[in-house]
Amino acid sequence: MGSRASTLLREEEIEEIKKETGFSHSQITRLYSRFTSLDKGENGTLSREDFQRIPELAINPLGDRIINAFFPDGEDQVNFRGFMRTLAHFRPVEDNEKNKNLSNTEPLNSRTNKLHFAFQLYDLDRDDKISRDELLQVLRMMVGVNISDEQLGSIADRTIQEADTNGDGCISFTEFIKVLEKVDVEQKMSIRFLH
Amino acid sequence: MDLFFNPFDNLVCVLLGISFTVWFTMLLVFIIVPAIFGVSFGIRRLYMKTLLKIFEWATLRIERGAKEKNHPLYKPYSNAIIAKEPTSLEEEIKEIRRSGSNKDLGSTPEFEMSDIFYFARRGVESIMDDEVTKRFSAEELESWNLLTRSNNNFQYISLRLTVLWGLGVLIRYGFLLPLRVTLAFTGVGLLVFLTSVVGLLPNGRMKGFLSEKVHLMCYRICVRALTAIITYHDSENKPKNGGICVANHTSPIDVIILASDGCYAMVGQIHGGLMGVIQRSMVKACPHVWFERSEVKDRHLVAKRLSDHVQDKSKLPILIFPEGTCINNTSVMMFKKGSFEIGATVYPVAIKYDPRFGDAFWNSSKFGMVNYLLRMMSSWAIVCSVWYLPPMSREEGEDAVQFANRVKAAIARQGGLVDLLWDGGLKRAKVKDTFKEEQQKLYSKMLVGTQEDRSRS
Repeated sequence: MGSRASTLLREEEIEEIKKETGFSHSQITRLYSRFTSLDKGENGTLSREDFQRIPELAINPLGDRIINAFFPDGEDQVNFRGFMRTLAHFRPVEDNEKNKNLSNTEPLNSRTNKLHFAFQLYDLDRDDKISRDELLQVLRMMVGVNISDEQLGSIADRTIQEADTNGDGCISFTEFIKVLEKVDVEQKMSIRFLH
Repeated sequence: MDLFFNPFDNLVCVLLGISFTVWFTMLLVFIIVPAIFGVSFGIRRLYMKTLLKIFEWATLRIERGAKEKNHPLYKPYSNAIIAKEPTSLEEEIKEIRRSGSNKDLGSTPEFEMSDIFYFARRGVESIMDDEVTKRFSAEELESWNLLTRSNNNFQYISLRLTVLWGLGVLIRYGFLLPLRVTLAFTGVGLLVFLTSVVGLLPNGRMKGFLSEKVHLMCYRICVRALTAIITYHDSENKPKNGGICVANHTSPIDVIILASDGCYAMVGQIHGGLMGVIQRSMVKACPHVWFERSEVKDRHLVAKRLSDHVQDKSKLPILIFPEGTCINNTSVMMFKKGSFEIGATVYPVAIKYDPRFGDAFWNSSKFGMVNYLLRMMSSWAIVCSVWYLPPMSREEGEDAVQFANRVKAAIARQGGLVDLLWDGGLKRAKVKDTFKEEQQKLYSKMLVGTQEDRSRS
């Protein structure tokens, strides 16, 4: 009955997504509604333009980097599974989950995976290390035209100096984790659902 | 053979003749005559009450169906999906830094790698749920109203409901739609004809009086053509001559709804085609403010014509929709300041539609005008409430933008709508870079500000 109803999510798909991401049934249906409303082309996938149409995201200084996180290397369409997989990083960590050993793989919203999401925002070329150049580019995105190149350069140098323990001039993921070991990542990189 | 068919043919003709006569008499008596005199038999309200009972029953059936199959029922998010904390950029980044601080409390760090968490989270929050994009598509209903177009996620529709839905389709498309289309043509036709006739009269009180009556009558017929059930509140605040009436915009029908209760001077661009014919004949009877396409861009010209109009106290109040585009009636978006700079008294009006009977929002990127009108005429009804708010004027020391925001807040409060600062033009246009630059500036202050402190000490 109607074109919207025919794109309803099947129960099996909802179960699969539940297992993979940990979202509840109602959260998945709600986010599916959101996915379809963003999908202006109505072809079951989102493109970068679909994301850029969200004004609050377009004015975010790191908007483009965040959009990029949804598109695995080289592709420019993301389907609902991929969409949920990326959003799952921001699911809050529940207490009973910390003890439960779900499967062999780590849950998408673990502390390490949340940190990895943030790491990838810095790591522009996805070579698993943040070079000085990459750090400078991301800093430039965050501050716009308000800070001079020299000042920004010294900020980048200081940051790398403090984090780089093996002296290769870049920040690896392990070094990244070490620098942020005291930060409350679980709370700051989580989005709470109302239902 | 011939003898057998003739009386049968005659009978059919006679029956058809009688039914047509009955049909037209009923139309005249129950719809057109009350429209002329502005009275109502109350048929529409009775219809509305019946429909509500049917919807309640349908909701119960769907809920029961869901319980039987033991599946959670989909409840659309009428409020937000996620909890958004209203903290500022500065507060949050400071909090993140504080939680991970392994430096002494005296020195404030200038940049931390964890600062990115703020932007990441805000960005993903806006992907999950943002305030703006959902205003440009039809509002989701809490329970199904037996229209295919609003069946987004309502499964578990039993046989009885399907039968009811089928009956609904028959009634809406077989009976209501032809009736409404006939009325619409009558209303528009009469409007064009009668305003041209009145236009032939010399300017004076008689012309003004007749023009008022003609406009009101034709708009009332159009209201019945949509089966619009309107409740007007606080009619003592109705706009007077020399003022500007501003209202929130949901669809072109807003004009018909307001103009069937009072006389206004319309403002707008001259179109071609049927619209243009209607506009040109309307302006013969009383002065409306129509602009050519080229004149619309010239803001000074527009402002001058509007202020000339309001200064002439014999002319009707101007009707303007400052949002500039149709919004889905869950919120009020930025008011363009042009109409608030003129200096006339502003009469705010809040219009709130009840989406259960038919969604009045015109999604112009999805439907053209004709498609939209057909959808309107094949819904159950258009039910809305109109509140006339007390007049407002610009206060001392208030600029046009602040005044516009004050009026917008009053309208949002009365209509129960969300008051947003975002521009309705975001429906089509990209957001301006200045907003991103503001955020960048705020963040830069956090980094550089501490530098200044350092150089001082």
